[in-house]
Amino acid sequence: MLLISKVETFYGNIQALRGVDVKVNSGEIVTLIGSNGAGKSTLLMTISGVNKASTGEILFDDQHIENLPPHEIVNLGISQVPEGRRIFSRLSVEDNLRLGASAYEKGKNFDTDAKDVYDLFPVLKDRLNQRGGTLSGGEQQMLAIGRAMMARPKMLLLDEPSLGIAPKLVNQIFVAIKNINKEKKVTIFLVEQNAKKALELADRGYVLVNGNVTLEGTGQDLLKNKDIQAAYLEGGGKK
Amino acid sequence: MRKNFLYLSIKDSLFTGLIALALFGPIVGLRTVAKNEVLVVSPKWFIVLVIVIVCALGRFLTNLYIYNRDQKFGIQSTIGKSITNFLDTKGTQIALSAIIFSVIFPFLPFTDRYLMDIAIMMLTYIMLGWGLNIVIGLAGLLDLGYVAFYAVGAYSYALFAIHFGWSFWICLPIAGIFAAMFGVLLGFPVLRLRGDYLAIVTLAFGEMIRILLLNWYQLTKGPDGLTGIPRPSFFGLPFKSFPDEGEQTFHTFFGLEYSPMQRIIFLYYLILVLALITNLFTIKIRRLPIGRAWEALREDEIACKSLGVNPRNTKLTAFAIGAMFGGFAGSFFATRQAFISPESFTFIESAIIVAIVVLGGMGSQTGVVLATVFLIGLIEVFRDFESYRMIAFGGAMVLIMIFRPRGILATRKPTITLQKKEATK
Repeated sequence: MLLISKVETFYGNIQALRGVDVKVNSGEIVTLIGSNGAGKSTLLMTISGVNKASTGEILFDDQHIENLPPHEIVNLGISQVPEGRRIFSRLSVEDNLRLGASAYEKGKNFDTDAKDVYDLFPVLKDRLNQRGGTLSGGEQQMLAIGRAMMARPKMLLLDEPSLGIAPKLVNQIFVAIKNINKEKKVTIFLVEQNAKKALELADRGYVLVNGNVTLEGTGQDLLKNKDIQAAYLEGGGKK
Repeated sequence: MRKNFLYLSIKDSLFTGLIALALFGPIVGLRTVAKNEVLVVSPKWFIVLVIVIVCALGRFLTNLYIYNRDQKFGIQSTIGKSITNFLDTKGTQIALSAIIFSVIFPFLPFTDRYLMDIAIMMLTYIMLGWGLNIVIGLAGLLDLGYVAFYAVGAYSYALFAIHFGWSFWICLPIAGIFAAMFGVLLGFPVLRLRGDYLAIVTLAFGEMIRILLLNWYQLTKGPDGLTGIPRPSFFGLPFKSFPDEGEQTFHTFFGLEYSPMQRIIFLYYLILVLALITNLFTIKIRRLPIGRAWEALREDEIACKSLGVNPRNTKLTAFAIGAMFGGFAGSFFATRQAFISPESFTFIESAIIVAIVVLGGMGSQTGVVLATVFLIGLIEVFRDFESYRMIAFGGAMVLIMIFRPRGILATRKPTITLQKKEATK
């Protein structure tokens, strides 16, 4: 479904991605783990078209998307939940959801799509008229995921959904991600620092170090891998 | 702790006094006077001393009573909260009564020509403020050259009306379209800019338009300005005291006595309707996808991109629509004055409009009205004391910034506010 080959991305003179190859099959949950500054978010932003790859190819459903502007990529069916949630804090929860829907048929099916989101995260329905910024961190993350789902994506890119969120809510969010994948048949590409949780959830995983993919395998294999245990799993997924 | 605070406040005030001395010493204190055809410096140290003391004392008092969170006299919070609460709860009623008041205003017993002129001027600024509020308040693009669109509207109205003799109702939309085109023209090069960089470029754009008007003599008559701009007619009925043979005028058609006030009242209602249309448009568009996209863009551009909002189109439409309303206001200005020159479109106009939007509380429609009445009213009150006008204007701004740092009516309520620490108790 998504095929990334030899992608290099620069910020000015600094090279963030050094020829990354990643493949995500339809219906899978694939995770990308790595430490701070490895280039995980850059890869997601490059897929979304916010950052441009200087070389390499990105194919989505056999179509080249590396040179498309971000809004066209969203229209093709790739939605991103950006790092740090980036919800519109001074707009209401409903307006946030409506903005997510603006890519899909200009929000024609808002009511039915919104209902799916409320089924996923019931708390959002009670907060519709509240400003986004008044939600708790976990609720904001739910809103960010819900907002991305409003565009009816075929593939959802998630950037560190567990960042800065209470452990109880992290579990809830990971359950929701699994539901989105199993029930809504949305392919998931998940970037995480919480490697243990991510690998437990994922069908397959990649490890990114300094802009290079150093390891790949099924989630279970990577969990058992000695190097990964030493580098990312010591302390067992940070509570 | 308390003593330490007092000590710090005094130190801070003395420092403020020093800055004031450094600033006002040379500017105010050293005055050159011509004496026997030679320039002689005549020092005015007393005035400087007064200014320095006022600055230091003002700083000391604001430190003590406004920025000091521990003390009981919470002037800032109590006044602010009561105003905001009042307007929040009674918002619709207040807006309705304001509209009713504006409608009956021309027929109130105390209304005279002078008050009508001020009211028309205020409504023009309110309309400009509402137009600019689309660009600054909703889309979050700081535009310091808004007067350019006002000028484009005024000049395109004047040129079409003079050369082709088209009526007001035809020229008005044309002027709006022209202004909108200039909005797009400005929008394209500044798509990638934000914040202060954007402000500088828009500032330059405003000056460029003014200089262009000043120098393109063949078209604009440069500094001489355009004269003889046709007055608007009441749907074809002109306002004239002595009609030509067989001509119907406003007063003959309605069987009234001729009075120059008829035209003034008509102009008043014209700008009232134009301003209300601007307001209604803004309120409606906020509920539409495009308006929502503007506000989202103000909040977070990257999030917008990742959601599939096209930032280019969103910014350009904000510039274009904001400019269009500026153009409408410009047409009105041209037809009301019957004479325009580049003199009317200097940077100070942009500055006043931006001040109205910012002091009103960015994004707040009612705030624009309050700020206009406050600022323009103040300028009018001080008309007789010409030299103190700018001091009053500046002082008013300082006061608003001290007491209501987010504008008179802040719709952008902060998501996190500094409160007394509870955890340490």
